[in-house]
Amino acid sequence: MEGMTKIVKTVARLVIGFILLYGASIVIYGHITPGGGFAGGVFISIAYVLIMLAFSKKVAMRKLSNFAASLSDNLGAFSFFIIGLLGSIFSGYFLYNFINHGTPFRLVSAGTIPLSNIAIGVKVGASLYAILVALSIYGRVLTEKEEE
Amino acid sequence: MYILCTVLFVIGIYSIIAKRHIVKKIIGMVIIEYSVNLFLILVGYKAGGIAPILAKGQDVAEFASKGVDPLPQALVLTSIVIGLGTLALMAALAIRLYEKYNTFDMSEINRLRG
Amino acid sequence: MTVFYVLMVFMIIGAIVAVETKNMLSAVIAVGAVGVGASVIFLFLRAPDIAITQVIVEVLSLIILIRVTIRADNYAIERRQDNFANIVGLVFVGLFLVFAFWAYKGLPEFGNPLMRVSSSYLREGTRETGAANIVASVILDYRAYDTLGEAIVLFTSILGAFVILRPKGRKHTSEKDKGSFGIIEDKEIKGSR
Repeated sequence: MEGMTKIVKTVARLVIGFILLYGASIVIYGHITPGGGFAGGVFISIAYVLIMLAFSKKVAMRKLSNFAASLSDNLGAFSFFIIGLLGSIFSGYFLYNFINHGTPFRLVSAGTIPLSNIAIGVKVGASLYAILVALSIYGRVLTEKEEE
Repeated sequence: MYILCTVLFVIGIYSIIAKRHIVKKIIGMVIIEYSVNLFLILVGYKAGGIAPILAKGQDVAEFASKGVDPLPQALVLTSIVIGLGTLALMAALAIRLYEKYNTFDMSEINRLRG
Repeated sequence: MTVFYVLMVFMIIGAIVAVETKNMLSAVIAVGAVGVGASVIFLFLRAPDIAITQVIVEVLSLIILIRVTIRADNYAIERRQDNFANIVGLVFVGLFLVFAFWAYKGLPEFGNPLMRVSSSYLREGTRETGAANIVASVILDYRAYDTLGEAIVLFTSILGAFVILRPKGRKHTSEKDKGSFGIIEDKEIKGSR
């Protein structure tokens, strides 16, 4: 009972890279095109959830363990907070957009918005993946104990 | 239009009040969440409007006069993700209740607790 | 305009099926249909950000709900009808609809919103923040406190899920008494059996 059938595994192996890439592009281009940290973060988490469903939870945990997921969750939230704090240091207002705005429609523009997008994306993706891990692994352990 | 959205809301409330199955109650919560998000976006819609994303070389004044309201969209965007978090929390509670009482039935759980 | 009504009726039918059907798996999938209808209607309401987020969140919530319902006896529960709860629910629903119909007279008409703050966001947003996506500039610049609060709420919810589901802390109770899996009300359960 290691994961699903061979067809599902092959298709998943092909698709996961594209899902991750699409999520990353949605996060990075969030200030120019539709998307942003929230949608891209959910895309990233769903790629790992696809690994967990198609192969098995062991493979997914080897790729990104529970500890690493909670660590990157904390890291994303903390870096967002740090960006806000830097704004308050440099300009006097918490979460102020302190970097030079640059010209619109370029990738490097809009001050702190892309940085905050990346922080939010990491945070949302890691926390949703952690929720799914908690639901699958802890629940599974208990029901197996129940069946004994 | 608003009334149809409210009908959706009311279906969710009926499911929470009258159903005995815990998962049906969770489904009612999810439906309520969708209807509230939809209502906020409906309030901000402008007839014949365009999406609040500036295209390259577009006139800003024309964009400001035709674009739909960006503020409810921003708030709903956060509220959708929060809804996913609360859904996961409710699912965890339901799994725990099922492990403890071996049933999803609300009145049965009440009876077992004595 | 017609497409909105068609999609809304589709969503209402999906919600009724989700609430009334006996099979739990089909109820969950009907909720998925409601969510996909919501995302298409967001796309027609000129909100592409929310349409993307809604589709992908819908997939994840479907996975979570299926995980909840997958191994349970679901058919036996709704045999007995609870008449009192049904009547109370219907009365409340009727009252709510009447009051909502009353209250909607105060709102602006559909397709003609009141935009005092938002029009200034649209006019000044690109110049002030440098971002072409006005929704992103509202989330992360004008109202970034809201996003910080959202991060805290998400963090709290996963903390709650971990605390509720963790397997430690009740091992000794299961060794002592294999029938019961409780932490808090262990004595009560033993007493009632």
